[in-house]
This record gives sequence, structure tokens and C-alpha cells, in this order.
Amino acid sequence: MKIIFYIIQKEFKQIFRNKGMLPIIFVLPLLQLVILSNAATFEVKNIKFAYIDNDRSSSSRALIEKFEASTYFNVLTNFPSEAIASSAMLKGEVDVVLEIPSHFERNLQKEKRSNLGITINAIDGAAAGVENVYVTQIIQSYNKHIKTDLMQISDTQIRPVNIDTIPLFWYNETLNYKTYMVPGILVLLVTMITLFLAGMNIVREKEIGTLEQINVTPIKKSQFIIGKLFPFWIIGMGLLTIGLLLARLIFDVPMVGSLLLMYAYTSIYILVILGMGLFISNFTDTQQQAMFIAWFFMVIFILMSGLFTPIESMPEWAQILTEFNPIKYFVEVMRMVMLKGSGLMDILPQLIKTIVYALIMNGLAVWSYKKTS
Amino acid sequence: MGISVSNISKSYKDVKALQNISFEVKPNELFGLIGPDGAGKTTLFRILTTLLIANEGEATVAGLDVLKDFKEIRKHVGYMPGRFSLYQDLTIEENLNFFATIFGTSIEENYDLIKDIYVQIEPFKDRRAGKLSGGMKQKLALSCALIHKPKVLFLDEPTTGVDPVSRKEFWEMLKRLQQKGITILVSTPYMDEAALCDRIALIQDGEILQIDTPENIVKQYPKTIYDVSANNMYQLINSLKAYQHKHSVYPFGEFVHYTDTRSDFNPKELKTYLEAQNLSNISIERTQATIEDSFMELAK
Repeated sequence: MKIIFYIIQKEFKQIFRNKGMLPIIFVLPLLQLVILSNAATFEVKNIKFAYIDNDRSSSSRALIEKFEASTYFNVLTNFPSEAIASSAMLKGEVDVVLEIPSHFERNLQKEKRSNLGITINAIDGAAAGVENVYVTQIIQSYNKHIKTDLMQISDTQIRPVNIDTIPLFWYNETLNYKTYMVPGILVLLVTMITLFLAGMNIVREKEIGTLEQINVTPIKKSQFIIGKLFPFWIIGMGLLTIGLLLARLIFDVPMVGSLLLMYAYTSIYILVILGMGLFISNFTDTQQQAMFIAWFFMVIFILMSGLFTPIESMPEWAQILTEFNPIKYFVEVMRMVMLKGSGLMDILPQLIKTIVYALIMNGLAVWSYKKTS
Repeated sequence: MGISVSNISKSYKDVKALQNISFEVKPNELFGLIGPDGAGKTTLFRILTTLLIANEGEATVAGLDVLKDFKEIRKHVGYMPGRFSLYQDLTIEENLNFFATIFGTSIEENYDLIKDIYVQIEPFKDRRAGKLSGGMKQKLALSCALIHKPKVLFLDEPTTGVDPVSRKEFWEMLKRLQQKGITILVSTPYMDEAALCDRIALIQDGEILQIDTPENIVKQYPKTIYDVSANNMYQLINSLKAYQHKHSVYPFGEFVHYTDTRSDFNPKELKTYLEAQNLSNISIERTQATIEDSFMELAK
């Protein structure tokens, strides 16, 4: 016990003496949290919108006013011809072009219908989809409006049938992306820092040769490993705490669920990551190698965690792969507990999987750590 | 309580690092492993300190088997690797405390053993190890290797890269440790240090050439050695190498060590030959063989 305590003490001394690493451990992650949470949103705003009005009627102007009134669109200009609009889109000056045909108003009045041309720059497919939805919404609301305007007395018997859907967004009523992203990004930071630090730590002792000196001492494997990894467990928990404080103070993310449950889950989760770090360091000889391997897994874990893209939309084989992704469980649990107030029973499947993962990972790591080569 | 090595072999893939090594180090002996870089000294140290497992053969350290009792051995040996391997970002005192703690002891408990060495660096005990000079680092490393009062001390090239004064001091320290009852196995590429050991093993390419006291090894040198010098060293060596009766020619400081194949060698004859080679200021003197000469002869 005294030995473990002394190693922990030594590790902390080394961490706090490393003037280059300190800001990397504590300041950069929080900067990332603040920047990423504000930047990583799926909302599409400031869409560069232009139109070609071939009709020049009161109806067409009314439609364009609708777009001007929307906060999503920046109505830039009126192009005289389609060719000019196309070349402007090619140059990237506009994202969406609305083409109103001539006789737009006349057709509406005579035939009760008219067509509109919409061109959307779809290089970013996701953004194009969102833009399409916005455009459709605006045209629909214009549609309703125009119907009542155009309806004549004889038409009043024929009531238009309209089905309205009024969505209720539970757990995040205003669809605030920050509420959704902050818990996820917090997960990333805790994972990244603990994995990199743990992965590099023992390799560093290999590199500077101290591991050899340690290996000839009667110290037990378990003492050394616990002593080496425990400080990073503490740092992980510390990062979680600071992150949660920031989430509450800066982003006003609701914390519906039990903090205790969040900490309990994280304490086990970090064990998985530390085990992984140790495992990596057992199979590498330099910090550089360890860093690259850790980075490789990190990128896969992040992209397949459901943080940025929903797991439900991945191909089936990829969905099976995500079962082995610890970050996925952590993201799920954080979102469930923080936003939905899930209890122990709700997160039990994730908790059990994480515990099993921690046991396997640490088992492998301790088994592969050899004092003799 | 010494060391016994019998028929140890170790290879890394195709490279045979050690071949059939056997020797005994008696309790309380200062035993030297002398050989050039790459001779297999470090591999042997790593096997004896239980860091590496040999392919073949057996070895015991302080009466304990390196395979079966490796845990027990680790309590009783001190190892100072060739490369400085303490924590550069910890101070002298913290390093020493750290190793004392993981050996389950404290600085105070074994202070008398390291006192001689530690007092020299104690004034700087709050300085980080990375900021120490080479000689001080080496003293710290030795203190750390001694902090748990080991029965056997392994020193892998402790004086490589250390200035001559510190080297001399270091060997004096070793002599004092020996008097305190510690068995010491030390390796060095410096032949002049070999004479300071009780017994030495000359090792090259993973094989032991000879084991004996330094005096006996020198005595067994089969030839008479001559110190030859002249005005032009380079030309002298070339001329001697071209001489038909030469046995060996090695530069040795300001002289060239020369041995002849004939038993009735007459230095005057050689002098005449060298003069014919346009060399002047020629001197040819008989001299004593050194460990280096023996090594060169054996390694031939």
C-alpha cells in the first residue's frame, strides 16, 4: 500500500513538473469543449439565397418577402436570367436559387396551381437536405396563405383538408444543439486525455530506461500498474467535474439525472480507457508509436460513437462494430442521465457492458505487461 | 553467495549474443567483464538480473536460480544499467526515496552503506537528476542501486562517458563497497580498469576468451613486447605491418606494441629495416604486456 501511494505521489509530481503537459491536460480540453460545443451544430443558417423572378407580380413578391422574413436565409439578389444564376452558384456565391416562372400569378388564379424551380448546391449533402426542408416549409406556409386569398365564395363549401402535425420535442424542447452536443463532447475529452496520457505514460518509462530499473526491483506488477494509472483516473474524474461545471455555467445544459450515477458510471468507464492505454503501451516501444495507435482507435471510436452521426443510420455491419465501442456507451449514458434523468435501471445494459469491457481490457493489459522479456 | 553461470546461451533471431558462457564469481569478489561494445556484456547482465530469459543454460545469483527464484533475486541485487535510467524530473532525494520505498526500506535504514557516495551529492539533493553532471548522475545511480543493501551489485559499463578523475573515484568507491561484503560484477570496455578487478573474464562476440586474475592473464602473454616509436607514427605502423617477421602490431598510446614471430628476435635488425624505410628517431624498448595486449592476442 505504501509503495502504491509513493508511486502515485511520484506520478503527480512528474505531471505537475511537466510545464508543457499541464496546459495540454487541463486547458486545451476545456477550450475544445467551449469551441466545439458552439461550432458543432447541425443547424444551417445564413443560407445564401437568390431568386429569378420572371413573373414580377404581387404574388411572386409576396413569396420572396416570405424568404426575406426567414432568419435562415440571406436574400442576396435577383438574377435576371437562369444562366447568370447558374454561374453564380458555380462560383459559390449562392447556395439556393428559386426560379419563379412567368405567369406564376395567372396560373395560380386560373388553374389553382403553379410550379417553382429550386436549385440547391448539394456538395454538402446534409446541408442541402436541411435547406430543402426550410424552403419547403416556407413555400408551404405561403401556399396556405395564398389559398385563403384566392378562394372565392363558391369554393367555401369545399373545405380544404389539411393535416397539421405539431411535434413535441422531448428532453430537449427547443432542439438546442448545445444541449445535445455538450455531454457528447465532454465524453470525448475525458476519453482522449485519459487514453493518450495512460498510453504514453508507461512507454515513456520504457523510452527513458527507468522501466528496466523498476523491473529489477521486487515491486509487484499490480502495485506498479495501479500506481501508474491511478493518477490518470483522478485526472479523468477531475476533467469530468470541470466539464460538467462548464456545461452548467456556460451552456446551461440541463442536468436532470443523478450526478452520483454519472460519476459512478464514469469511474468504471475510465478503467476501460486506462486498460486500453496500458495495453497499447505494452506493445509499443516509443511514445510516438503509442500516440499513433491511440489516435487510430480514437478516430474510429469517435466517428462510430453516435456523437456526430446517428448509429441507426449506419450499415448493419458498422452497427455491430459499434457494440465494441466504449465511447458509444459513455455518450449514451451521459445523454440519458443528463437530459432524460435516466436511473440506474435504465442504464444497466450499458453499465454491465462497460464493466465487462473494463475487466477484459485490464485483464489483457496486466497479462501482457511483462517484467521479463 | 556469489554468481554462478553455466552454459548460458542467448540469441536474438540469427544473432548469437551469448554462446555457452560459464563462469563463477566468488562471494565478495570484484569481478570484471572486459570486452568491446557488442560483446554480449549487457545481455549477460540482463539475464543475471532476471530481465531476460536465456535460451539455454543455468545461472544462480546469491545462490538463487534466475528462473525459479527471480522474485527473490530482485530483492537482493542492485543493478545499475549502462544508460542513466533514473527520473530526470525528480530531484536527487526524490529518486533515492522512490527506490528506497519500492524496495520496502528507507534512506535512513541503509544510510551507512551509501554514506560515502551520497555525501558527495547531498548538497545538491533538491536538484533534479536531469540537471546533474555525468559524474554526479553516476553517483546517484550507484546510491539508488545500493539503497536496499544488495548482496550482489551489477554495474553495466558504469564508467563509460565519465571523466578520468570521476572514473578513478568510482573504482575507489567500488573497492570500499567490496570491503562491506558486497559481491560486484562490473563490465567495462576500458582495459586499464581491468587491472583493478580481483578477477576478470575477457569476452568477445558472445564467447569468453579467458578468465583469470589480471596478473595471471598478463603473465600468460606468450610473447615479448617491444615499444616502438619513430618520427612518423602512421608510416611506422605501415612499415611494421609490412615487416616479414611481424606477429602483431598495435598502436598503444605514443608507442606501437610490436611482437615478432621469431624467438631469437634482435631489435637491431628491426631498427635497420625501419631506417631503410626512411624513419628516424627510432627507439625499440622491451616492455611489460598489459591486459589490452592479452586481449588483442586472444581475440586474434
